[in-house]
Amino acid sequence: MKAFTEHTGVVAPLEAMHVDTDQIIPKQFLKRIERTGYGDVLFYDWRYLDDGTTPNPDFELNRGRYKNASILLAQDNFGCGSSREHAPWALSDYGFRSILAPSFADIFYNNCFNNGLLPITLPGDVVNALFTEVRAQEGYALTVKLAEQEIVKPDGGVITFDIHPFLKQRLLHGWDQIGLTLQHEDKITAYEQAHGIA
Amino acid sequence: MAKTIYQKIWDAHLVAEPEEQDAIVYIDRHYVHEVTSPQAFEGLRLSDRKVRRPELTYATMDHNIPTTKRTGPIADPLSRAQVETLAGNCADFGIACFDMDDQRNGIVHVVGPELGLTLPGMTIVCGDSHTSTHGAFGALAHGIGTSEVEHVLATQTLLQKPSKTMEVRLNGAIQPGVTAKDIVLAIIGRIGTSGGTGYVIEYTGDAIRAMSMEARMTICNMTIEAGARAGLISPDETTFAYLENRPYLPQDKPFDALKEEWRAWASDPGCAYDTVVEIDVDAVEPQVTWGTSPEMVTGISGQTPMLDAEADENKRLAYEKALQYMGLAPGTPITEIAVDKVFIGSCTNGRIEDLREAAHVLKGHAIAPTIKQALLVPGSQQVKRQAEAEGLDRIFIDAGFEWREAGCSMCLAMNDDRLEPGDRCAATSNRNFEGRQGKGGRTHLVSPAMAAAAAVTGRFCDVRSWDYK
Ligand code: SF4
Repeated sequence: MKAFTEHTGVVAPLEAMHVDTDQIIPKQFLKRIERTGYGDVLFYDWRYLDDGTTPNPDFELNRGRYKNASILLAQDNFGCGSSREHAPWALSDYGFRSILAPSFADIFYNNCFNNGLLPITLPGDVVNALFTEVRAQEGYALTVKLAEQEIVKPDGGVITFDIHPFLKQRLLHGWDQIGLTLQHEDKITAYEQAHGIA
Repeated sequence: MAKTIYQKIWDAHLVAEPEEQDAIVYIDRHYVHEVTSPQAFEGLRLSDRKVRRPELTYATMDHNIPTTKRTGPIADPLSRAQVETLAGNCADFGIACFDMDDQRNGIVHVVGPELGLTLPGMTIVCGDSHTSTHGAFGALAHGIGTSEVEHVLATQTLLQKPSKTMEVRLNGAIQPGVTAKDIVLAIIGRIGTSGGTGYVIEYTGDAIRAMSMEARMTICNMTIEAGARAGLISPDETTFAYLENRPYLPQDKPFDALKEEWRAWASDPGCAYDTVVEIDVDAVEPQVTWGTSPEMVTGISGQTPMLDAEADENKRLAYEKALQYMGLAPGTPITEIAVDKVFIGSCTNGRIEDLREAAHVLKGHAIAPTIKQALLVPGSQQVKRQAEAEGLDRIFIDAGFEWREAGCSMCLAMNDDRLEPGDRCAATSNRNFEGRQGKGGRTHLVSPAMAAAAAVTGRFCDVRSWDYK
């Protein structure tokens, strides 16, 4: 899996609460059997006009200044809804490496860590202030430092964040979960024997 | 020390607690469907891994399959490829698969319980968020992503952090005409769609004890809509009576011995929870969602919100956007909202009891001429057969409903069943997100009885004063 250590990138604002996985990637794109190629259809129903190809000028992410954004600024309960991992696949395929929001839905949050994508939970007022700053300054970029658990602002200001130590290590090293678990295969076998699972 | 059912299941399934890592938890049952599994099987192949316990794994096809007559291959080539990929993967890895032509086919969360594959005290996962449904049996059950599906296939375990526990105590007795769907919508309205984040919710109280298994499944099903990791209900005689004689029960013990084992999973009297929420169910009326999140809900006597009444700016924006999408003005009485389509089905409300409730309302009535389509999609082929044996199909067909084969259907509109832009639908499913039932479609979540009543009158009405025939 892709590791995440430090990343600097332009920030794009997505001003909506409860952005659900149906908005992140609608169901018609879940029929594919690959893991890649979902970036073009990220936020499909919002991003394109009814013809499905013309960019919707009213959708903030379509504005030129956010074209190469790689950090997404979002609101409460981001990623709610289904368990589809196509949501983090689409976000990372589009080019996002980190998402900042006041809260994330549980399954989505977990899925991010299996895809080298760093979700960061910040207090609501910090997020609201970032929305204002991002819109006020074209090219507004942040540097996310995972080891230090810090976000550095253009003016040098620093925002710190919390993250579970194990999730942090997994991302820093890009560990493969299955390989990690299989280091304890003897314990799995012992559990199965003790429970009559032959 | 008195333990909750969650703690008991957690403790009993711990394989290892490696230092500075998540706990490794054993998984007793893994359900698989066609949409979230192909990349997981592909991952196994790429790293030359096998499925560790194919005999604990069961697959069904549900999301993509047509609900019209199932003769010949699926027309949509992508849907067909996905369904065929699952069949191929199951054959290659030795997993039982209930394919489209199988009598046991249906929505994964309807099929598992009705076959007796879901049992008290189990850990259950599936690459599907509504896996929370199985918690109704006292199983710790939740949805996982595709990478985790691969992890479970390869290791029969999952890496987990312990959750906090929330008791949601349902006091009192439910009014006639009010159902489990209304109760769970009211709970979500109260605690919000992120109210349960970080928690496993256990439902307790007189109202839960009085509920059937179907009703309990409806409650646990929508627990994910409250943001919780899982919903749980301690098993009791109602659970055991439902399970007796199900075909996939363990065969190595008499049923009485199983019952005693299962009973021991129930939360101990006096156990402690991190948070407690109490709901007085006597006061809950039939619920209707008005917006694009399940927490945007009110009673049938209510109205859509007035925007200036909302102090929180982010919330006000969300309400405004939702009302705009739904094509509703602030302050619209719910009973003035007319619908174009009605959908009864899904893993929330596609079980036999749901069909009975809807049929009870529809009997002797016909759908309103303004209704463009009314769909009845049973949750499983077994539910369909049972309903036909009871003559419910006639009631639906005579009233003007289409009587379909089982599947997810218009709950997420991955097959051909979907809303057209602007269509307003009374739906018994679980998500009213923008575009969930088809791009531009407007979904109002309701109980099967309320959906049936809306089909007849063409608008939402209070089923508590229904003219039953
Ligand atoms: S019926 Fe709907 S919610 Fe349930 S499994 Fe199918 S798509 Fe998901």
